[in-house]
Amino acid sequence: MSVIVTAILALLGLSAVFGALLGFASIRFKVDGNPIVDEIDSLLPQTQCGQCGHPGCRPYAESIADGGDINKCPPGGEATIQALAELLDVEATPLDSEHGEEIPKQVAIIREDECIGCTKCIQACPIDAILGSAKHMHTVIASECTGCDLCVEPCPVDCIDMVPVDQGLATWHWHSPKDQNIIATDKMSLVTEGANLS
Amino acid sequence: MSASFKPTPSSKVISTRTIYDFHGGIHPEEMKTLSNQTAIVQPTIPPKLVLPLQQHIGKPSQLIVELGQRVLKGQKLADADGMISVALHAPTSGIIDSIVDHPIAHPSGESGACIVLIPDGKDEWCELEPCEHYEHLSVSKIQAKVREAGVAGMGGAGFPTEVKLHPPHHDKVATLILNAAECEPYITADDRLMRERAEEVVQGMEIMAYALQPGECLIGIEDNKPEAVAALREAAKETQIEICVVPTKYPSGGEKQIIKLLTDKEVPNGKIPADIGVMCQNVGTAAAIYRAVRFGEPLISRVTTLTGEGIQQPGNVEALIGTPIDWLISQYGFQEKKTERLIMGGPMMGFTLKHIETPIVKTTNCILAPTHKDLPPPPPAQACIRCGLCADVCPAVLLPQQLYWFSRAQEYDKAEHHNLFDCIECGACSYVCPSSIPLVQYYRHAKGEIKQQKQDQLKSDQARERFEARQFRLDREQAEKDAKRKARAENAAKAQAAKKAAEAVKPADSNTEVQNKIASEDTVDTNKAAVQAALERSKEKNQTNSVSKPEEVIDLDALKTTWDKTQAKLDKMHDALDDAKTNNSDQVEKLTRAVEKNQMRVNQAKQAWKKASASLKTVAETEAVQGSEAEKPDISVLATALEKAQSKLDKMQDALDNAQPEQVEKLTRAVEKNKVRVNQAQQAWEDASASQTTKVETSSETLTDATKQSDTVEQPDIEALESAVEKVQSKLEKMQDALENAQPEQVEKLTRAVEKNKIRVEAAENALKAANSISVTNQNGEQ
Repeated sequence: MSVIVTAILALLGLSAVFGALLGFASIRFKVDGNPIVDEIDSLLPQTQCGQCGHPGCRPYAESIADGGDINKCPPGGEATIQALAELLDVEATPLDSEHGEEIPKQVAIIREDECIGCTKCIQACPIDAILGSAKHMHTVIASECTGCDLCVEPCPVDCIDMVPVDQGLATWHWHSPKDQNIIATDKMSLVTEGANLS
Repeated sequence: MSASFKPTPSSKVISTRTIYDFHGGIHPEEMKTLSNQTAIVQPTIPPKLVLPLQQHIGKPSQLIVELGQRVLKGQKLADADGMISVALHAPTSGIIDSIVDHPIAHPSGESGACIVLIPDGKDEWCELEPCEHYEHLSVSKIQAKVREAGVAGMGGAGFPTEVKLHPPHHDKVATLILNAAECEPYITADDRLMRERAEEVVQGMEIMAYALQPGECLIGIEDNKPEAVAALREAAKETQIEICVVPTKYPSGGEKQIIKLLTDKEVPNGKIPADIGVMCQNVGTAAAIYRAVRFGEPLISRVTTLTGEGIQQPGNVEALIGTPIDWLISQYGFQEKKTERLIMGGPMMGFTLKHIETPIVKTTNCILAPTHKDLPPPPPAQACIRCGLCADVCPAVLLPQQLYWFSRAQEYDKAEHHNLFDCIECGACSYVCPSSIPLVQYYRHAKGEIKQQKQDQLKSDQARERFEARQFRLDREQAEKDAKRKARAENAAKAQAAKKAAEAVKPADSNTEVQNKIASEDTVDTNKAAVQAALERSKEKNQTNSVSKPEEVIDLDALKTTWDKTQAKLDKMHDALDDAKTNNSDQVEKLTRAVEKNQMRVNQAKQAWKKASASLKTVAETEAVQGSEAEKPDISVLATALEKAQSKLDKMQDALDNAQPEQVEKLTRAVEKNKVRVNQAQQAWEDASASQTTKVETSSETLTDATKQSDTVEQPDIEALESAVEKVQSKLEKMQDALENAQPEQVEKLTRAVEKNKIRVEAAENALKAANSISVTNQNGEQ
């Protein structure tokens, strides 16, 4: 009988100790917010362009965390979709063309002699990458510009151009070889074709 | 080949050093005899030299010459920009023709900034600083000399050599290795250099050893270059340098591979040889260091192999840096029809030149012009059969197959986990691949993509930071705005409560309360109140003032003094004008105007005095018949009003004189307004006096008390209105002053306030006019 009592007491004691421990841990190591949102947010390109239909990258990250689609970010393109798919362990789906096409990196350029200094673009820029003040010429800090094109629409004189980022030698890298997986018999015909052409 | 090779006594000494082995490697057809049979030749000076500002790893050189400038051979054209950069020198004397974007030696075939030098054919050296004995120089002096000479690694990467002459911070250099393996097929530049200039190479290595103080000095050379080995042994007889002959195997000339071969050490992932106490240099670099220290010669030429079946006289040339490749190969029988492409570097690691006019740079060790038969284009790739040959030959002990899958599937993080960045891109895997898969190209692409992604990640982090900072700023501004609005609302509520409390305390005193309210609420109401107050006052005056003659006299006196005052002022102004005329001519115009105005004022004062005295006379004449007590003080009041207006005008004129140029316009306007006011006051006074005269003339004994009463009431009313107009005017003036001194952001508000006040002034003036006309009608009625 006493054995049973001892066992019960021991179990009760253990549960009390571990319960206290867990209770302490849940308060002491409480995580504010959803950490997965931060992780998703860090994968997004942070253009804050709103092409996904959310007002910025973080809201999109939140919607993804809530189970939304991961293929709504044209600036990130396939690479971002891949990364998100990996992180969330879901199927990578092709980019939803409803939200736009993946285009080469762009940067905004203000045609400065046409700028009237209305500051509308400055207010539109989500990352404060446009410099200028009222009735003074504005200019884009090209190194900070994410190419979200949010400044183009508010400009009353249409003096902002989106131009592809100059792929100088610094950013140049080898392109991927063409995939031509052929069978041996095809190879021969290709070679002869090549010979004929030359 | 072996005929010329005679073992020297030193080569008989069997090296005790064990040569280790590295994993993998291949044995491609060497093709070296094509170009290593003839001595290095010196081509003529080309008609044009194109010198890229970036021929090395690091920052581009900084241009220090001007267009059209004549430069001498060896003169510095561009300076090193920072630590990781090298200088650039003129390979021959000539004129700087232009600085243009020209295709440079880069696999992309893109253009870069280049100096175009047109040689003048004189090949005139600039002054050099030779040095017989490098031992007499300090290490830092040697480093400076190498830096000044613009020496960059000539093996292929082009890393600034001077940086590699500094021993690592915490460590001593245990082993200095001179990489003479030259393992790539076709290339024989180092081979010929060692055969012909072994002395220079060895001396160069001695200088490096002097700077780095290594534990041992090794020259690693493949056994397919016996002549070079012999020459080196001969040259290094008396030195600490050890010649280590390694078996021929590609890619033993890779930095990590030669270190493994000679020392059995492996460079850890992500580290450089210096981290394990090894420093590796190329033989060409050693020779360049020697020339830089011994003769003070900068790096202006290099030995380049011109080879391949497409060149009729293959061999090695000492080409000036900047020599256009098309010109150079045409000198040695380039057969364009036979050649499919030009390759810079060797067949394994070189790249196809997209532009044939690309210049020779400091890292160009070979120009290969293969025929179709020599180096056929790679057959189309087939599917990977997982044979594993690539893994067998990989000198970096990687899993090329896995890397291939990951790179192709764009699973770059997995590729990175499989140490993609340890790949030296030697091409051994592609060489053995039975499916002809261009493996190296996949790896290069993957590496580029990963670097790009890392850069993008950095940029997006930066963008997020900026975005969050902006969000924070906007929130803070909004919060501040809200707080202000709240504070204002609270204040308003408090004021409202205080008012209510005050009302509750004094409910009996409602009459004055109401009046106060009216007064405080609107200036028009204030005017009304003032009119009322003035009426009351004048009534009192009328009652007390029975005899008005003394008043009239005083008035006359006052007018007289005004006249005198104005006259005195006018005199003063005349003086000032004279002064100004002699001293400062730009104020003359202003002063002249002021004087004219004052003259007018004096005239007015005079007239006023005359009129007043005339009217006084009339009054005096008719006084016996009619006691028009009420009329007299009116004239005096009008006269004082006139006087006030005049003095105000004077003040303004003064202010105008002293004013800043930008305020002149505004003040002028104010002065003009005041003038109008003065005129009005004068007219009012004239009207009053005229009416008085008429009244006096036409008045009879039948005049009733009632008419008298109406007169007395009417006249002070005009006076009150006048004072009201004046008040409002002064307020307006104050406001205009405030507007002038105002901050730009307040301007809009003030302008609105000023406009409001103007309207009020107009209203007051209208009231005055109406009152005047009523009085006139009244007087007519009296008649």
